[in-house]
Amino acid sequence: MMTTYTHPGRSAPTRGGAPRPIAAELRKRKRSHPERFFTHLALLLICAGFLLPFVWMLSTSLKQLDEAMEFPPHFIPRKIDFARYNDVPTPVPQNYINVITSKRFDFPRFSRNTLIIAGLCVIGTVISSSLVAYGFARINFRGRSVLFGIMLSTMMIPFPVLMVSMFAIYHWLGDHTPIQFLGTFKPLWIGSFFGNAFYVFLLRQFFMTIPDELSEAARIDGCSEFGIFWKIILPLSKPALTVVALFTFMGAWNDFLGPLVYLQRPEHYTLALGLQAFQSQHGGTVWNQLMAASVLIILPVITLYFLKQKAFVQGIATTGLKG
Amino acid sequence: MTNEERKNLRNGLAFCSPWLIGFCVFTAIPVGLSFYYSLCDYRILQKPMFIGAANYQMLMDDSVFWKSLKNTLYYACLAIPSAMAVSLGLAMLLNVKIAGQHFYRTIIFLPSLVPVAASCMLWLWLLNGKLGLINALLAKVGINGPAWLTDVMLTTGSGASVTNYYWAMPALAFMSLWGTGQTVTIYLAGLQDVPQELYEAAEIDGAGILGRMRHVTLPMLSPVIFFNLIMSVIGVLQVFTVPYIMTEGGPARATYFLTMYLYDNAFKFLKFGYASALAWIQLLLILSLTGIAFWTSKRWVHYQGK
Repeated sequence: MMTTYTHPGRSAPTRGGAPRPIAAELRKRKRSHPERFFTHLALLLICAGFLLPFVWMLSTSLKQLDEAMEFPPHFIPRKIDFARYNDVPTPVPQNYINVITSKRFDFPRFSRNTLIIAGLCVIGTVISSSLVAYGFARINFRGRSVLFGIMLSTMMIPFPVLMVSMFAIYHWLGDHTPIQFLGTFKPLWIGSFFGNAFYVFLLRQFFMTIPDELSEAARIDGCSEFGIFWKIILPLSKPALTVVALFTFMGAWNDFLGPLVYLQRPEHYTLALGLQAFQSQHGGTVWNQLMAASVLIILPVITLYFLKQKAFVQGIATTGLKG
Repeated sequence: MTNEERKNLRNGLAFCSPWLIGFCVFTAIPVGLSFYYSLCDYRILQKPMFIGAANYQMLMDDSVFWKSLKNTLYYACLAIPSAMAVSLGLAMLLNVKIAGQHFYRTIIFLPSLVPVAASCMLWLWLLNGKLGLINALLAKVGINGPAWLTDVMLTTGSGASVTNYYWAMPALAFMSLWGTGQTVTIYLAGLQDVPQELYEAAEIDGAGILGRMRHVTLPMLSPVIFFNLIMSVIGVLQVFTVPYIMTEGGPARATYFLTMYLYDNAFKFLKFGYASALAWIQLLLILSLTGIAFWTSKRWVHYQGK
């Protein structure tokens, strides 16, 4: 099933040439004033509901603790305490400084850990998944459809089912080889260098839309299969590769269960794991700092989204439709 | 096999080799080992000892297992239909061509980007029984909000008093609706694939808004609905992080999920064999539920032109 997804903000392509008179009349009626008014009203109310948690988080993160614990609460902090640097006021609220410099929530270290893991996952996934996707999309070899079917069905196996035996394997490897896995970042990124079924599928769909004539022409010119992949297909697939890189990064940034199972020492914690540890140590009472820490974790992801909005939307749309 | 075919096979396997190796090392071997462990008494520090189906027999008599299974299915019954209704409804609203469409879509999508750990912190605070915003808003309209995640209620029946936990699970399901933006985006893409002519034809035939939804939108969207259903079944059956962070399975195991019991068995009690048996039950559950969905799909999923 092929689909055209129109990015929000661009109008949908008109289908079937000039509209028939009745259809045009109906379209006009459909956009009548009361209907449009109620749609706006409903959407505004729903959007307010969706935004409220963000506003509340930001508001709490800027309050003093006793102000945050007042009931009934208010949204606008009475006074925002800004950090001072050499007695010069800065635009950074003190709560955020407290979080970043807190001993319990080692923000710089946790960010570094998360970035290392996420970076390795992105590199591994982009390289391996694009290679595999090329094999499945552009080389017609015997047994291809069977292998592809097997690969798709592995997407049904959830991580919790695999984690016990994977843990046992890493444990065994640590005892019987000089390489330690448990308590290091390795279990969290090694797998990404061996192709991810979901992203292979996504890239394959994209590679198949590239005309075969391009590969044929290069083949006649004596280009090797890898050369075609590297010099022709990859440069044409930047949008799809961006989607894979973004989603992998987000996945690693958000992952909780993986780090929880494999990381042992607090200095190895990722942001997600560190945030949970911070909360459980404090029994969840320093709400202003917890909210400030949450804002810090969310901010990079939201920024990434606004920078690459189109890739996000198209990537998600593709996953659901090009089955 | 011709030369050409042989070359293709060699190249094809070479390009697919990362996945072929990965499949063996990270899927086939772990799945096989997990099945073997599920038949063993295996604590991580000792060698696995074969005990046949004893783990599975023990599971059948394990009230905690049944409780976690019941909770997981209860959550599925709460979360899957409500998520489907909300995301479909939102997608239809967001598909109406009005000014500000792009803005509305962005707002609805944003929460789905929030990392789970952060949204857990935020919702712990929102759902706080004493100081939370949700209860403050409810108080404004005269409702005395419950303690949500720690809500306990005693019902005194004939002689014995029964403890009921009402709001923790619905609160988790409600919270999951906030992150529904990705599903909405998938439905939106599907909606844009519905030919406008069908709506016009239906309208000429006298179909109202509901009639058009029932006879045009839903059938045309059914492949997308089916895809989302499968994904949410797989997702819901492995829910772990949210209850682990927010409730630790409480109050009194009211939000204790299957995956949490698996995790606890493996990494708290170090019963790897028992945990593997749980993992297999979970896998079979996922396979059978998606199998049922595929089986019924012939009746309600309409593929265009296929």
